[in-house]
Amino acid sequence: MRILLVFYLVSLGFLSAKLTPQKTKAESIVAGAEIYQDFCLQCHLASGEGVSGVFPPLKNSDYLFENINSSIAGIKYGLKGEITVNDEVYDGIMVTQGLDDEEIADVMNYILNQWGNSSDLFINAQQVAAVPKSLIAQ
Amino acid sequence: MKKNILTLLISFFVLQVGCAQENTPMIETPETTNYTYEIVVDGVDIPWGMAFISSNELLVTEKSGILYHIKEGVKSEVSGLPEIYVRGQGGLLDVALHPDFSKNKIIYMTLGANTEGNNKGGNTAMYCGTLNGTQLSDIKLLYKAGPNSKKGQHWGSRIVFDKKGHLYFTIGDRGNRDVNPQDLSRDGGKVYRLNLDGSIPEDNPFVNKAGAKEAVFSYGHRNPQGMTVHPKTGEVWENEHGPRGGDEINIIKKGINYGWPKITYGINYSGTTITDKTAAPNMEQPFYYWVPSIGPSGMAFSTSNVYKGWKNNLFIGSLKFEYLERLVIKKNKVVKREKVLNKIGRVRNVVEGPDGYLYLGVEGKGIVKIVPRS
Repeated sequence: MRILLVFYLVSLGFLSAKLTPQKTKAESIVAGAEIYQDFCLQCHLASGEGVSGVFPPLKNSDYLFENINSSIAGIKYGLKGEITVNDEVYDGIMVTQGLDDEEIADVMNYILNQWGNSSDLFINAQQVAAVPKSLIAQ
Repeated sequence: MKKNILTLLISFFVLQVGCAQENTPMIETPETTNYTYEIVVDGVDIPWGMAFISSNELLVTEKSGILYHIKEGVKSEVSGLPEIYVRGQGGLLDVALHPDFSKNKIIYMTLGANTEGNNKGGNTAMYCGTLNGTQLSDIKLLYKAGPNSKKGQHWGSRIVFDKKGHLYFTIGDRGNRDVNPQDLSRDGGKVYRLNLDGSIPEDNPFVNKAGAKEAVFSYGHRNPQGMTVHPKTGEVWENEHGPRGGDEINIIKKGINYGWPKITYGINYSGTTITDKTAAPNMEQPFYYWVPSIGPSGMAFSTSNVYKGWKNNLFIGSLKFEYLERLVIKKNKVVKREKVLNKIGRVRNVVEGPDGYLYLGVEGKGIVKIVPRS
């Protein structure tokens, strides 16, 4: 009986892991790198430095690190209007790229830990799902 | 000694050719201009496509998936659109009126779509529908490229018509350059030709080729986002984005291979090489190419007398450098290039209106009309 119960619990554990596969942070960053290549690099560049006055930098960006949820909202819903990044004003448009919540979490984990950026945060799809449109460019 | 002189001559020649490639003739920025601009439609973030019904009535696509109908400056959203899949560079792209629109009210649209209902991304689709006021009905899917892809890149797309009852539209390589553009059995990296009802013309170049996509008219393209018909010759002219360098203007001919990615004047964004070839047998050279890239989008010839000295010139929007490029063509060569409305913003589209004025789609601004100063 006890063996059966153990077997039941173990298989339940396997099943739930199968149903909701959770990436590790490292796996999320790897997935985010691919999203970055496809959707972000053309403007923010491979170096993450952007183009001064046109496309804001992600590397060493005060805006990114001080406004995590607004940054998520910008990727999720699009961003338009004035923002100030590293004392420079940007007034362009970033349109929504059609990424799903998990892809947004992955690319956030990537940009927060690339080009010398470093963050203890581990953003997941649930957190992205909870970010409302009202948070854009606070 | 003779050999040395020969070597010297050859190196001179190589150097000359090497230097001569950089976007000649040099682009000029005029110090004074005899034109200005006015914004005729505002509040459109990415005005991708534009089609004039009359001088004061037009349709404008917003990439995020809205079709605007503008009459006498009043902007309304058109209802009844097919479902649009927005991802990366894909969304609602071009719009065009049927050549007999005044009688049948038919419009054509290219857009990102997932008509299969799968979870595998999307690809470019061509639809038509009947427009009554601001209501679109009788929607028909005329072409859907496959397979779907979650890649964000290179959906095309522009729509034009010849005078023989065909429509042409473009689809880019969908971020799969080593697989799609050179394979006639696959969609992507092609210019397509259909009859106006969506059927395949019997004389399309690959209708008898086993396994080929029969709608294909030409292939080996990267991402064509500009297309127009030459006002005199009736030829279809196209421009396409290269990678880093290697944007092109091509005159589209039936069944021809334009070479991407086997030949290109561009390199990868990262700086690495794609191919060392810029030419190959059975692959067409571009009519013109840009190194560095300007990010060419919409394309139009000026045919009117509205602007002094611009008649028959070619106009192409630059997304990257944020101006409209004017190209003067003499004896099949670009002999002069000039910036028009320098720093206006990312120029997504340019169209000649029925009134002969040039109208630009500028990102973040809307529709901009170039007005000569009196």
